[in-house]
Amino acid sequence: MLESSPLFQLYLVRLRDFYRQPARVFWVYGFPTLMAITLGFAFRNRPPAPIQLDLVSAPGSGAIKAAFDAHNTRLRQSSSAADPIALTPPIDVALRDRDVAMRRLKTGKTPLVLEPGPNDSCSYHYDPTRPEASLARQTVDDVLQEAAGRSNPRPVRDVQVTEPGSRYIDFLIPGLIGLNSMGGGLWGVGFLLVNFRVAKLLKRFVATPMPRRDFLLALLGARLTFVLPDLAVLLALGVWMFGMPIRGSLALVVALEITGALAFAGIGLLVACRATTTEAVSGLMNLVMLPMWLLSGVFFSSERFPEALQPVIKALPLTQLVGGLRSVMLEGAGVVDVAPALAILVAWTVVTFTLALRFFRWS
Amino acid sequence: MAECAIQVQNLRKEYPGRSGPVHAVNGIDLEIQRGECFGLLGPNGAGKTTTVEILEGLNRPTSGAVQVLGLEWGESDRAIRERIGVTLQETRFPDKETVREIVTLFRSFYSRGLDPMEVIARVALESKATAFVEQLSGGQQQRLAVAIALVGDPEIVFLDEPTTGLDPQSRRQLWDVIRDFRDRGRTVVLTTHYMDEAERLCDRVAIIDHGQIIALGSPAELIARMGGEHIVEFALDSADGSATPPTVESFLTLDSVLAARTEADGFALTVQAPHRAIPALLDELERGGRPLARLTTRHVSLEDVFVALTGRHLRDDENARDSPPPMKGRRRF
Repeated sequence: MLESSPLFQLYLVRLRDFYRQPARVFWVYGFPTLMAITLGFAFRNRPPAPIQLDLVSAPGSGAIKAAFDAHNTRLRQSSSAADPIALTPPIDVALRDRDVAMRRLKTGKTPLVLEPGPNDSCSYHYDPTRPEASLARQTVDDVLQEAAGRSNPRPVRDVQVTEPGSRYIDFLIPGLIGLNSMGGGLWGVGFLLVNFRVAKLLKRFVATPMPRRDFLLALLGARLTFVLPDLAVLLALGVWMFGMPIRGSLALVVALEITGALAFAGIGLLVACRATTTEAVSGLMNLVMLPMWLLSGVFFSSERFPEALQPVIKALPLTQLVGGLRSVMLEGAGVVDVAPALAILVAWTVVTFTLALRFFRWS
Repeated sequence: MAECAIQVQNLRKEYPGRSGPVHAVNGIDLEIQRGECFGLLGPNGAGKTTTVEILEGLNRPTSGAVQVLGLEWGESDRAIRERIGVTLQETRFPDKETVREIVTLFRSFYSRGLDPMEVIARVALESKATAFVEQLSGGQQQRLAVAIALVGDPEIVFLDEPTTGLDPQSRRQLWDVIRDFRDRGRTVVLTTHYMDEAERLCDRVAIIDHGQIIALGSPAELIARMGGEHIVEFALDSADGSATPPTVESFLTLDSVLAARTEADGFALTVQAPHRAIPALLDELERGGRPLARLTTRHVSLEDVFVALTGRHLRDDENARDSPPPMKGRRRF
């Protein structure tokens, strides 16, 4: 009977503890949803933003400004998207005194200052470590040179890749699913256990004939119960709001997510196995999570990190979960393709559980 | 049913300390009979909780033998746990669970036991059965802790300072629950640092200090060992400008006085017959020209036994034993 089953009762406690605390429900479901929506809009496809340019008032600046005005007029008049000029941004040019312009450059209010010199020469002032500054310099220079008569002898055509499956939002949603799984596993298992230990509940539990196995299984059961709606919310958001494709098998996506959730639950268990204060466990969890936030390719590809770091990055569970989810969802990978990812996640699960159960402290 | 509820032989527990090992429990022998309410008394840090946690199987002794209901920890843990109930100091239950849910949860751990609502009724929490833990007062939370200790219908219940930090009414409610349990023929092991609690509830008490039992017997026996049954407490008017205060020894020669000690602001005499001792005391003070600031008499309490044995009061933070327990308890609710 369920009423007298310790496993079921412990599981119920976990569920009630969750849904009776609206703040937790928000952090698990609301927060990632908001994050996906915000980032989705921030990186949505749109016409290129105008380039800010400060033009130093000097002899010759009038002619330069006229060149940009002509460029902007042409841009406005071009109706066809096939016209190459439609891909260049408008140039928002403002005439300023040299001091003012330089100060604006130093304080980051403008990315680029153009200063006319003698004999039609001119100089660009910008910070090359700011990507938008280099881009602005390039674009402004092209417009200026073409206005001065430069011709582009080789015809080019731009093919933009904006179809679903290869946009930033498509990259981001599997990342957020993985991130949520990590947060849920560590906080939902690790933090909870330490709270129980601080409240002496763990000690109170072991003073009863409660099967310790049931306690652990209930904790894991509850984690898996929370993980699936979590996955569903983010997938639904991606599919319906942003038209993200799921090219591979949904079952495989679920299998990856569950394996990942178990690995993170194991890490949570290990982090919490001896900590006796919530401060200690918070610190440990941030220590564990921060490298994965940064290195595991949630927000940008982990390939950007140096070659020497790659083996470490590849060994992290979040890297494997996010990578696996991306290849199934966006590339339609099958079981064989993600088998290495699954194996690494299973290895994390086995190792962390073995260690955690060995060193776990109930009081 | 011949065997004791609890048998302890030469129990020791050492913890590594900064300057050599700390002997939290230093050679305790104990037999607790079935059906008795046994009190472990002592100041904070005397080793009460360590002893009880060893009996509960939550802590391992460094050496010594412990039998609970004839069984031993390490061999029959599950069987013992089925038959005992425990309250710990400072357990905090999850805020968002109701009383009934928590009791049902703990009931599910025992293969046999009481109906959750019956236990809730025993601790008089029926009206709070569907209230969240966070809505309970300190006394109600403590009764919930006791309900959980009782839900497996145990033969022995261990209560570790169950009333610390509670108001007088909540304490009395808990005492009723404990008496009711003992009246059903079950065994109670109670630690406390409230003397009145031990005197009212316990059939026998052991006074523990520095990890050792320094006195063992019924409250009445221990009090009788003091010789006299009355305490005369008095203070002198210090504003009189008299040269030196009298020494404690000067009162020992008075008629019927058995012992004398200094108190915070005066003296306490253990006397056999107040009607002989008080006139003698008044005469003595009269002769020395020392006016009284106050004088009271009362019966000897376990507290006096403790002070007589150790020279210290049970609770270092409080000297007057007639005042209600301090509300700034160590327990946080």
